[in-house]
Amino acid sequence: MGDRALSRRGFLAASAAAGLGVTALSGCGGDSDGGSSSGTTTVEWWNISTTQPTKSVWAGLAKKFEAQNPKVKLKIVQLENDAYKSKMTALTASGKLPDIFHTWGGGVLKQQIDAGLVEDLTDRTKPWADGLLPVAKQPYLIDDKVYGIPFDIGMIGFWYNKALFKQAGISEPPTTWGDFLDAVNKLKAKSITPLALAGKETWTGMYYWAYLAMRTAGIDALQKADEAKDFTGAGFVEAGQHFKDLIQLQPFQKGFLGAAYSTPTGQAATVGNGKAAMELMGQWAPVVEADAGKGLGANLGFFPFPAVEGGKGVITEVFGGGGGHALRKGAPQAAVDFLKFFASETSDLELVKKTGALPVVPAAASALSDPNTKAVQAQLTGATGFQLYLDQAYAPAVGQEVNDSVGALIAGSKSPEQVAQSITKVAKEEQ
Amino acid sequence: MTSTFLPDKRTGPDLAVPSPTKASARGRARRRTLNWLTAVGFQLPALVLFVGLVLLPMLFALYAAFFRWGGFGMPSDYTGAGNFTRLFQDPVFLGDLWRCLVLVLLSLALQLPFALAMAVLLNQRLRGRAVYRMLFFAPYVLSEAITGVLFSMVFAPDAGLADHVLGGIGLDGLGGEWFADPSYVMATLFLVMTWKYFGFHMMLYLAGLQSIPAELTEAALIDGANAWQRFRNVTLPLLAPTLRISVFLSVIGSIQLFDLVWVVTQGGPDHHSETMAVTMFQYGFKRYQVGYASAISVVMFGICLVFALAYQRFVLRRDLEGATTTMRGDGK
Repeated sequence: MGDRALSRRGFLAASAAAGLGVTALSGCGGDSDGGSSSGTTTVEWWNISTTQPTKSVWAGLAKKFEAQNPKVKLKIVQLENDAYKSKMTALTASGKLPDIFHTWGGGVLKQQIDAGLVEDLTDRTKPWADGLLPVAKQPYLIDDKVYGIPFDIGMIGFWYNKALFKQAGISEPPTTWGDFLDAVNKLKAKSITPLALAGKETWTGMYYWAYLAMRTAGIDALQKADEAKDFTGAGFVEAGQHFKDLIQLQPFQKGFLGAAYSTPTGQAATVGNGKAAMELMGQWAPVVEADAGKGLGANLGFFPFPAVEGGKGVITEVFGGGGGHALRKGAPQAAVDFLKFFASETSDLELVKKTGALPVVPAAASALSDPNTKAVQAQLTGATGFQLYLDQAYAPAVGQEVNDSVGALIAGSKSPEQVAQSITKVAKEEQ
Repeated sequence: MTSTFLPDKRTGPDLAVPSPTKASARGRARRRTLNWLTAVGFQLPALVLFVGLVLLPMLFALYAAFFRWGGFGMPSDYTGAGNFTRLFQDPVFLGDLWRCLVLVLLSLALQLPFALAMAVLLNQRLRGRAVYRMLFFAPYVLSEAITGVLFSMVFAPDAGLADHVLGGIGLDGLGGEWFADPSYVMATLFLVMTWKYFGFHMMLYLAGLQSIPAELTEAALIDGANAWQRFRNVTLPLLAPTLRISVFLSVIGSIQLFDLVWVVTQGGPDHHSETMAVTMFQYGFKRYQVGYASAISVVMFGICLVFALAYQRFVLRRDLEGATTTMRGDGK
């Protein structure tokens, strides 16, 4: 958890970590073959858990695994999110991936599979992977084959300030888009800023459009539109129109077009400091709100994205993503053993308790204590459909164009129709 | 004194020791080969680095610009001039060109004159002028990333220093959304650029001013020239070479602007502060359309090259001539 949030920590963190990346790059010269001198197998494990407490918890689990398997050495390589993405791009181009590597699944993983670089885990993990939370496994299922094992799963939803809702006289979180717009109006009537948005980081606006498209055009439509390279269907334009209805209420904080996500004046801090009533964000939101701002404590609540009246989607379909591990083609058996170890109930309990990850092993849910995390977990367990983050699910250029043109919709320079057309145009250009 | 480096002057004592026989002619030939080898030997490391890290990537970018290429493997999907025609139909890129022009003009019209005025001021006898010089130069030493983070805090709407100060002196009407307002983002950005770079140009001018002999100004003073006339007819013409270089650096810097924009706005809101380099980065490293990004970099390179050559040919010619005449000196 928090990985995705960290990915948005902006340029500074990325450039600081770029230095790290170079170090790692020079540090992993020729010994990535899992060389088995004196009978021990060295397994290289690349992950992006560079922050505490996750970093030390993971290292502890690695030690435990080594103790159980004396003939296996785990070599951990940690890179900051953005640096990791660039490094993996280079590695994919060179045709050689680490034994175990972090993946978000979706389009990027598919690209690596198509290049013949990823191990098919369907049969080798079947005995134990069947018991994992189905929605968590979804991003790594490509052409009905298993290419990755999850360790975290999450979803996007509205995080709201209960006190501000009460002040505006909203007793229940809205469940339909109409009610939601009413709630926004009620908040505005009390001079409360309804929503915080990081306009500078366009992925934050994309969540609204993606959820609305899921609710109007239906969950299959996003996948189908990507395959057919056509986003001009009525559902997508309608989604843009619904979003525009919201934008026209001017619900966002002052200067939101220039706001970042996790800076002291950004989206998370605005909600965390009680200056806006809601934000549409992933399961990491409470952590970032408390980190960048003061945090809301018991005043913080969670509700799923409302359904749209007359739309094809339902409120139980979720939009999100998680983290998982994939193996390079021909990785040693020890790497599969490690995935099994990492996805075991004992390991998952530790991850849930200590790192705030959401459980992928259903039994580990007992370790959850925070009511909001429980609410997210309940929503995920009861999910009737799952859509991966669009920028992971789609080819990079298409994902970026979704972000970019939705950003233009928010700024008022594109109409809902033009948004659909721009995305279609870019999707067609991609081969 | 520069002429000692010319080959035909090389008949100095060290070379002229042996008498002009066939043996010494051979010796001279050998020595020339040896000299040549030494030269190559010394240049080789730098040359290898330059070719490998500068020239080849540039040529490869030029090559990739003619392909639709995602950065994996070798480019194979040849599109001819497709990337370039797309480029000049892309409203964002056309906007980049326009914003580039605006930045260049603003720099020349406001930033450099301001730097010049400060330089002239700080060239006077003034208590604590060393402190002022240091203060004004300090922003230039700061990294772009730090400047960016700093000013996104200063110009944070409502909470930032800028709005507080304006509010404090009763001008809250002037406060606004700064970087968040599409119509003001470029102006705000230019303000930050000026803060950061005027000190550098001021330093250049100060150095130029100090090389102007005091006698000339004194002579003008005796001739009855007033302050403006002294500045206009003595200082300015003698400062011209410095001015020309400073204009050159400022224009090239504006064309290549990236770091500051990336940190502060990432080109937003809605592309209103995007520069060519930012667009290139977006396509190359976010969308993985490396062919298209290469085309942008090629156009950027072309603009810089044409400007640099034209500027050297037409504006810097006189300054460069001074340098070349001594090289050609003994030919005359």
